[in-house]
Amino acid sequence: MDATPPTSRRALLKAFAVGVPAALGAAARATAQPAPAASPPSASPGAAPAAKPVAGPRSRVLQFFNATEAANMDAIASRLIPNDDLGPGAKEAGVTFFLDQQLAGGWGTGDHFYRQGPFEAGTPEQGYQLSFTPAQMFRLGLGKLEEASRSTSKKGFAELSPADQDAMLKRMQAGELDFSPLPSAIFFQALLDGTMEGFFSDPIYGGNSGMAGWTLVGFPGAYASYANDIDRHGVAWTRPPVSIADAHAHGAAGEAHP
Amino acid sequence: MSKTLPAVDVAIIGGGWTGSVIGKELAAAKQRVVVLERGEPRWPSPDFQAPMVHDELKYVRRHALHQNTATETFTFRNNPQQKALPMRRWQFASPATHLGGAGSHWSGAYYRFDPTDFKMRSHYSNRYGAKIFDEDLTVQDWPLSYDELEPYFDRFDYLIGASGYAGNLKGQLQPGGNPFEPWRSRPYPNPPMKVPYAPALFGEAAAKLGYHPYVQPSALVTRPYINSEGLPMSACVYCGFCSNFGCEHFAKASPQVCVLPVAMKLPDFELRTGTHVLRVELTPDGKHARGVTYVDAAGEEVFQPADIVVLSAFSINNVRLLLLSKIGKPFDPATNTGVVGRNYTHQTTSGVNLFFEESFNINPFMGAGAVAVTMDDFSADNFDHGPHGFVGGGYLQIQVVSGAPISYHPTPRGTPGWGSEWKQAVRRYYNHSASITITGSAMPTRNSYLSLDPTYKDAWGLPLLRITYDLPDNDIRMSAFLTERGDQIGKAMRGVTLTEPGPRKRPFTATSYQSTHLTGGAAIGADPATSVVNRAGQCWDVPNVFVTGAALFPQNSGFNPTGTVGATAYWIAERILKDYLAAPGKLVQT
Repeated sequence: MDATPPTSRRALLKAFAVGVPAALGAAARATAQPAPAASPPSASPGAAPAAKPVAGPRSRVLQFFNATEAANMDAIASRLIPNDDLGPGAKEAGVTFFLDQQLAGGWGTGDHFYRQGPFEAGTPEQGYQLSFTPAQMFRLGLGKLEEASRSTSKKGFAELSPADQDAMLKRMQAGELDFSPLPSAIFFQALLDGTMEGFFSDPIYGGNSGMAGWTLVGFPGAYASYANDIDRHGVAWTRPPVSIADAHAHGAAGEAHP
Repeated sequence: MSKTLPAVDVAIIGGGWTGSVIGKELAAAKQRVVVLERGEPRWPSPDFQAPMVHDELKYVRRHALHQNTATETFTFRNNPQQKALPMRRWQFASPATHLGGAGSHWSGAYYRFDPTDFKMRSHYSNRYGAKIFDEDLTVQDWPLSYDELEPYFDRFDYLIGASGYAGNLKGQLQPGGNPFEPWRSRPYPNPPMKVPYAPALFGEAAAKLGYHPYVQPSALVTRPYINSEGLPMSACVYCGFCSNFGCEHFAKASPQVCVLPVAMKLPDFELRTGTHVLRVELTPDGKHARGVTYVDAAGEEVFQPADIVVLSAFSINNVRLLLLSKIGKPFDPATNTGVVGRNYTHQTTSGVNLFFEESFNINPFMGAGAVAVTMDDFSADNFDHGPHGFVGGGYLQIQVVSGAPISYHPTPRGTPGWGSEWKQAVRRYYNHSASITITGSAMPTRNSYLSLDPTYKDAWGLPLLRITYDLPDNDIRMSAFLTERGDQIGKAMRGVTLTEPGPRKRPFTATSYQSTHLTGGAAIGADPATSVVNRAGQCWDVPNVFVTGAALFPQNSGFNPTGTVGATAYWIAERILKDYLAAPGKLVQT
């Protein structure tokens, strides 16, 4: 049962020695494990075989947003993570639908949110102290954004030019728009957090459509194991990402519970 | 009126590491044990199976295995002059619920406390003079030594299948091992973890600078292993869904994998889930526990009589139970009297963000909770503190915990947080960044303590636990020193183009995650005036109540708590069995 550890400091250092990048020599590569999943380290995530072409969100049957809110959410998502030559943006990845589902569900209604009063402002170190659940905050905040847009430009937020949308979002982020009683900077942060969640969470939640977020950064998703890859240092991972919906189950290694 | 159940010998509150270990030990000795777990029964199979468990949104962002703040949270303030307000959602830590507790969703970083951690006040005073301690520090020695606890550390190692390479076997330094490691009686039961790229680069640079990097010991087993209870574990596959997740592979040690299956076959052991304990019931003189009252899953109050009560809830929730049960005198910083809630600390963490050339593919998603290269050159008292004027220390490491991208998508400071420029940066840096993490000790002060909140209540109408805490000057100086050392190593690493050191600053904030190592409040000690329990883990004031876990720490070490929590659980189980049951009553006379 005893370990058979390396017997010298040198051996130990070797154990975590930096692997020779595969590109440096065929000899190094020949001693490495077969590399079905790997490509030379010059490949970058962006050059990885693209995930399936990005289809739109699977469904747009909305449970939370009304049509105006959804259009504004699409517009916001498009500015926070734009569709550009690096790939699809948050709108294309279905972030609006993701947020709709989240806001209509337990998280939206504050199922993990301590909501007893009294509500006091406190210090910055004491964190979020407003009574809004996420659903209440999005409803109020999106309404205030639309109102602010119409009062200054006579247009809905979704109809503004991208430059004007960016300008409004920046003012929100700086807390310069009056969304009373909701501080606009706090709402902006909620929009940004929710957009990141929708862009980078597993597609089973309706966002990250076509695994657009994962493809952008090169995150492989719900793979089961890197046991044969983790110490092949510096080798780019080039297999396309996998969603929970498509990943294989693998047998439990131990017994089911007693 | 609550329903009263038939009496048991031992009621244990909490089905995490300490409750499971102690429950099994006592039930094996024919004590009728009931473990009361407030959460749900969650088992590696079928509850944590892949691919469904590889879900960052559910387990990290939505806190599937964390205490639900909607029903129970902590309130927080930086000092006694402020009004505490509730932490309405978790940010600073991830306290657990459900079977296995934090032992289910932990990372598995596995250390023993340093021998000097157990004699913090006397060791530093002897070496540097008493003035090394700032006046505000309430540091005190444990009533136990490392040498006394070593056999119990050893037992826990072989229960969890610890993976590592011994640096010090019975006082003999082992070539290739961590030269600062406390002595151990046996090697680790399993060999060390594999080493990913970024930790390897860290080790290379640290060694070049003359430091002593080593592969971090881990509670994730590295090969098929039958543990000391005869239970099977299998090798970690480095899936990268570890911290905050349950492990589907039976590779990460947890109570469900390592001890509960054996305990549940014992006729005298019962696990009762969905039981939320409200308080320990005392006799009218307040000197003896009669049992515990809990709310069952249907909301009914139930009284469970017991001869012995063991508090094994999540660390500082034990302090809340003591306060709600009126066991021990609550600490009052104004008069500096009382003990319950005294010497609360957190963990003084900091980091150095590193950004690499694009030719260095870091692959942050290939990882595990405890896969790292670490160095202890600045841990504990492994370096001369004299010139620096602070006590304590911490380890520096690169660990590869998770590349799950909602939480992990680093960009250099100054990058816009959104828009095309952000998108370009996040694509450029996701696979070409890492961070040096620094895990430092935390020293207690008179104004950092736990108490019951006067305003805010839980879902059952009981006061929340109030945390009053700020970082002492000592720890700010320590963090600056350690973070500067980390920055020097980062700059020496191959491929690094930019380093961003982030030492811990005051005021302490509840808005950023630092660690789930919330410690103290029920200090173990030799003096009832400054501790809640004696060296057996027994309450000074109510001898048939025992307390376990990190709440016992008089101050926090720079080393992660679970090794010491496990060792003290075995120690306390033995004290109950050998000492208390032989002669029920106070085990230490005052």
